[in-house]
Amino acid sequence: MAFSIYDFSTLTRAIHDGLAAHLSPLGVTAVEWVLVGLVLIIFIALFGLFLVYAERKVCAFFQNRLGPMRVGPWGLLQTIADFIKLLMKELIQPKRVDKFLYNLAPFIVIIVPFLTISVIPFAKGLQAFDFDIGIFFITAVSSVGVIGVLLAGWSSNNKYSLIGAMRSGAQIVSYELSIGLSLITMAVLAGSLQVSTIVAEQSTGWFIFKGHIPAVIAFIVFLIAGTAETNRGPFDLAEAESELTAGFHTEYSGIKFAFFFLAEYVNLFIIAALATTMFLGGWMPFHVGHLEGFNRVMDFIPPIFWFFGKVFAVIFLIMWFKWTFPRLRIDQILTLEWKYLLPVNLVNILLMTFIVMEGWHF
Amino acid sequence: MRALIRYIVSIFKGLWTLWKGMQITGYYIIRPRTIVTQQYPENRKTLQMFERFRGEVIMPHNENNEHRCTGCGICELNCPNGSIEVISKTIVLPDGKKKRIIDKHIYHLGMCTMCNLCVRACPSDALAMGQKFEHAVWDRHLLTKVLNRPGSKVMENVE
Repeated sequence: MAFSIYDFSTLTRAIHDGLAAHLSPLGVTAVEWVLVGLVLIIFIALFGLFLVYAERKVCAFFQNRLGPMRVGPWGLLQTIADFIKLLMKELIQPKRVDKFLYNLAPFIVIIVPFLTISVIPFAKGLQAFDFDIGIFFITAVSSVGVIGVLLAGWSSNNKYSLIGAMRSGAQIVSYELSIGLSLITMAVLAGSLQVSTIVAEQSTGWFIFKGHIPAVIAFIVFLIAGTAETNRGPFDLAEAESELTAGFHTEYSGIKFAFFFLAEYVNLFIIAALATTMFLGGWMPFHVGHLEGFNRVMDFIPPIFWFFGKVFAVIFLIMWFKWTFPRLRIDQILTLEWKYLLPVNLVNILLMTFIVMEGWHF
Repeated sequence: MRALIRYIVSIFKGLWTLWKGMQITGYYIIRPRTIVTQQYPENRKTLQMFERFRGEVIMPHNENNEHRCTGCGICELNCPNGSIEVISKTIVLPDGKKKRIIDKHIYHLGMCTMCNLCVRACPSDALAMGQKFEHAVWDRHLLTKVLNRPGSKVMENVE
């Protein structure tokens, strides 16, 4: 079985051929679906746990603390212990909740990262879905999450939950606009909505360098709006623990709470992965013009490490925002979106279109 | 037009102040020596509490087993929750004068809130705050302490 870490399509092709030798075409498809699903579920669970640990450590170092140090070396097993604890906890259901919606909401919230993660290219040939409206699919599907948040807040029969959910609704619906527009800006430069094409376009240079000024503006807007989309600080007023206890997931316990928690962190990963794919060249290595030797060395690092390196850089940046900036008020959040990000974004699209028309990009 | 300029300037000013904030947290994350967390049970051998830490009330004695307490009872009056009991006795000096001195300075650590009022009220600086903080015991009677050591006497120059 030929396998190269530089091109995962060899691996997927080998698995496909191996299955095709033993099963009917329908069986091959079914087995592949199950395999891909399993891989993604395991990846999301493990990566979510790791991100929780990373966040606690990063937050601690920003605040001159050490963070978890007791469970395992440097507290590495802390989140696993927490996860086991959450699994064993009682599922409490408050009186007079809307039972159906109350139980449905965590699943709607957790399903969104599963859908969006399927179109993200981790490395060459390592992408579950690759179809020609990939970016559109991501923006469309990621808006479903707000329904879960609203349902959770509404059905919990709790004022804190309801206020948190309403804030979250207003916020996410607003910032979706900015995310969409900044992605459109990059789609103008790429000339395609297909994720694999967008990454392939960046083999000669990452879009943030190719598109220079408008691309940098779009990147900043995307980071701000993406932080708001994931309900993270400084935009975390949906769960503002100092005023709303835990916002929309106040009444959830045990594994249902874990779903909300996991979804938040996987959404963080997805925003970072999207930023990587659209602005920082996906899994493409870093190349400088005609420095052949340097480019050769960069090519030597496998694409999957490039992808995760960039993703962790963006995640670190978003964590940096969270542990530096104070939480915004709801009116400040909406002012930022409607009075600043939206006009800037619209002008930016015009600028980008003009630059692409004139061929002033690299 | 002026409004537009103000609008654009406000965007850059906002970004600049955000960057200033990130510089501060960034300063801390790349300097591990700024971490203040103490890994307590592991480092008890080397743990140094800070100077103003209030662990317990102590009565410092010098090498001749002498303290500065005159037994005046002002600390007892100043203690807000009665953690201090001063028992004094009267002795007759060689020249025939009577003098009140301390017999037992009883300190109930279990009730003490470490408010520092006794230390501040003491006219002869006999009391101080100690650094020891590991006070857990199996019996609460052990928390009642006599601060003046057996056989100790007051220093010559303290009135």
